[in-house]
Amino acid sequence: MSATATTPDPQAATPLLRVEDLTVELGHGIAARRVLKEVSFDIPRGTTLALVGESGSGKTTLARTLVGVHKPSSGRILVDGAPLRTSRARAGAATVQMIPQDPYSSFDPRRTVAQSLAEALDPIRARVKPVRTRIAELLSQVSLDPDTMDRYPHEFSGGQRQRLAIARALAPRPRFVIADEITSALDLTTQAEILNLLADLRRRLSLTMLFISHDLAVVRHVSDTVAVLLHGDLVELGPTGATFAEPNHPYTAQLLASVPGDPRFRLDDEPATT
Amino acid sequence: MATDATVRRWRRNPSLLSGAVILGLLLVVALVAPLLLSGSAETLTDDARLGPGAEHLLGTDAFGRDVLARALVATRLTLLMAAAATAASFVAGVAIGALVHLAPGWLRETCLRLIDSAVAFPSLVLALVIAAVLGPGMGSAIVAIAVAGVPGFARLTANLAATVADKDYVLTARLLGVPGLRILGRHVLPNISGPLLVLLSSSFTLSLLDISSLSFVGLGVQNPQYDWGRLLNEALPSIFAQPSVVLAPSIMLIVTGVGAMLLGDGVASLVDPRTRGTAPAPAKTAEAAGPAAPAQDGAAQASLASGGAGAATGTGQDGLLTVAGLTVRAGDRTLVDDVSFTIGAGQIVGLVGESGSGKSTIAMAVAGLLPEGVRANASRLALGDLDLLGTPPERRLATEIGIVYQDPIGTFNPALRLGTQLTEVARVHLGTPRRQAAQDMVRALADIHVTEPDRRLRQHPHELSGGMLQRASIASAMTTNPRLLIADEPTTALDVTVQAEVLRQFRRINREHGTAMLFISHDIGVVGVLCDTVLVLHGGRVVDRTTGGDLRRGTVTHPYTRALLAATPAAVEAGGTLSAVRWTADAHAAQPSGAPSDDLSDKAADRPPAAEGSR
Repeated sequence: MSATATTPDPQAATPLLRVEDLTVELGHGIAARRVLKEVSFDIPRGTTLALVGESGSGKTTLARTLVGVHKPSSGRILVDGAPLRTSRARAGAATVQMIPQDPYSSFDPRRTVAQSLAEALDPIRARVKPVRTRIAELLSQVSLDPDTMDRYPHEFSGGQRQRLAIARALAPRPRFVIADEITSALDLTTQAEILNLLADLRRRLSLTMLFISHDLAVVRHVSDTVAVLLHGDLVELGPTGATFAEPNHPYTAQLLASVPGDPRFRLDDEPATT
Repeated sequence: MATDATVRRWRRNPSLLSGAVILGLLLVVALVAPLLLSGSAETLTDDARLGPGAEHLLGTDAFGRDVLARALVATRLTLLMAAAATAASFVAGVAIGALVHLAPGWLRETCLRLIDSAVAFPSLVLALVIAAVLGPGMGSAIVAIAVAGVPGFARLTANLAATVADKDYVLTARLLGVPGLRILGRHVLPNISGPLLVLLSSSFTLSLLDISSLSFVGLGVQNPQYDWGRLLNEALPSIFAQPSVVLAPSIMLIVTGVGAMLLGDGVASLVDPRTRGTAPAPAKTAEAAGPAAPAQDGAAQASLASGGAGAATGTGQDGLLTVAGLTVRAGDRTLVDDVSFTIGAGQIVGLVGESGSGKSTIAMAVAGLLPEGVRANASRLALGDLDLLGTPPERRLATEIGIVYQDPIGTFNPALRLGTQLTEVARVHLGTPRRQAAQDMVRALADIHVTEPDRRLRQHPHELSGGMLQRASIASAMTTNPRLLIADEPTTALDVTVQAEVLRQFRRINREHGTAMLFISHDIGVVGVLCDTVLVLHGGRVVDRTTGGDLRRGTVTHPYTRALLAATPAAVEAGGTLSAVRWTADAHAAQPSGAPSDDLSDKAADRPPAAEGSR
């Protein structure tokens, strides 16, 4: 459905990110729970996969596994065919970046925007002066006034902070970006701004992205492919347009019919399952 | 940073100012007194044990030395010792507490437990032991107090660092490849510096007292040197004959302690950019540009009458809930400005708007639950014959209005079983016997599709899912069969499939019991499917009155409502651009509410208002 879906790419044969039979357990001993069960998917270069699921489905665990916070108990994560280095090595930084969910806790309140972005450009020294022009570029890329770079995070609204978070994630030119529920804390109009900005950035920078959301309506606007997680199982995987028109798994159909505003939404029917 | 701003900041920070003045004076005393007064403080004279007088303000001691002069001269040594001890324990404690977080799991846990047990050991006893082992003397007193202070700093640092280490910005820095030590220095330590500085100042005060105590019991400073503790020690034998001798060192101790505490508090708020009071957020101005002066009554009534699309509002004066000219103010801010609407029996009225539009404030004003300092005025606010403006009888309020809140988990007391909480209204206000109330509740829970209702009543809130809890709180709100149910964002915290199910329950209750509802949501899709009449709020004002049907079909006329719909992903075709037009009430202040306007036409032309949501 999206205009960006098919740009012919010589390297498109190998997906940028490949996740194979990924299983993640959290906790130890008897408290251990399998949060993800043999999940597999590909994200081709320059495309966006939307990962949809309700609370407890394991979508945030998947994101955190991809950035190395959790260790997979089995399965592989490949970037361009090579295993992802999730150690704290600096090589990892250029590979994957994450835009966190909460725009209020994702910035150090004691550091100016310029200082936070300088850290993204140069993690060791984080000096602002040599990179001021690059910071200004990054800010205008997300439609923020470069003159605001010396302000502190609390001087920005939620939507503006989310723009800052996007700018910070793009700063080290990562090979792919994870957006974890980045609009769920925002007002409708602000959400629309952020979604439009993402669509624009996807077109201009041909971003490869994993977009995590509980909101199917949002997902339809930003993804090429959609994957649905249910209690740690990947139950649906397919092109966004086709999946929304004709879901394969009953759970996906139920999700779609639960969105107020979707033509399938019925308020007077008794639910299928009680 | 401009000096002007610095001056202003100091002025706005009285504790910093007074603390700095007190400690500054003490520093001057510490520098100057030994130079000027050591003569009268240390020369032995024959005027022993004189009372207070013109020559010796606080008298003289057993050897004829001036008591006041001795106390002032002792300032330097006392402050130096306390500062040295505090600095040593601060550096060691913070280093240990921060570095612990870089250690691997098992080592970290071991260290943390060791620190915990060290804190549990009384520091003065520890200091006494160390001082006794090292032998009496100034050096050993400093070492003893420093070591005794380390666990306190280490534990506070470790605890504070643990909370900061969970923040997204630390995770992000780690992802960016920032090395651990730099994360500590750059993100963790600055963000915990506030509490640490407060502890630093109180710890300085404690060190001061502890060192004085050591000197007092003879383990600290030895003759012929003297600090305040030593002076107290020397004064002790003659405390009954000559009480004025203890006065000077005691007052010095107290003043120093207070000064250090004040300075600590002041510095803590100074270093936090959030309390510096800088300019407000740049983009907020457009949103905040709300109407300032309340409109005159006549005009308000006129705009109310012209409430365009709100055909279903038409129950008029016979409405169950009547809200006329409701204005809510907090201080000089107007949260809700001249809002009027009625809810007829069995009607569902929705309030929709973005954050700050005043929708929850209206609901709380109706329920009489406005927080302290927020005042509501209205020409009429009544539920049937019950006037909600004065102080309506509590029992009628509790039984005639039911409320469902946004956060089902925060609504319940985690320590009590659900049964106790769910049947409370029935038992307290209706006087239903416990057993009967429980049976009623089981039936109500079953009605609303809560599985195993019997068992749920014996469970604690954390054992139920969010959706189950929200259904339980709806059932609880319905026990008195209220005439009006107020639901404040009741599905916002729920998953989409659960939300659909909860919405169905609202519809069922409305159908079966004829309960009127005031339904608040930021989700225009949700109010569209559930509500008969919808009021669209912006900046505390009703800007549009429409119907759920019109919202569903997208046949709304008001530009702000159209803008909201065009920003709703579900209502806009995939791949289409969502409208993100910022709408300001100012542009429409002159227009009667509800009248179509084309203020947005230039920007909204990017994307015609979307009515094509359904295929």
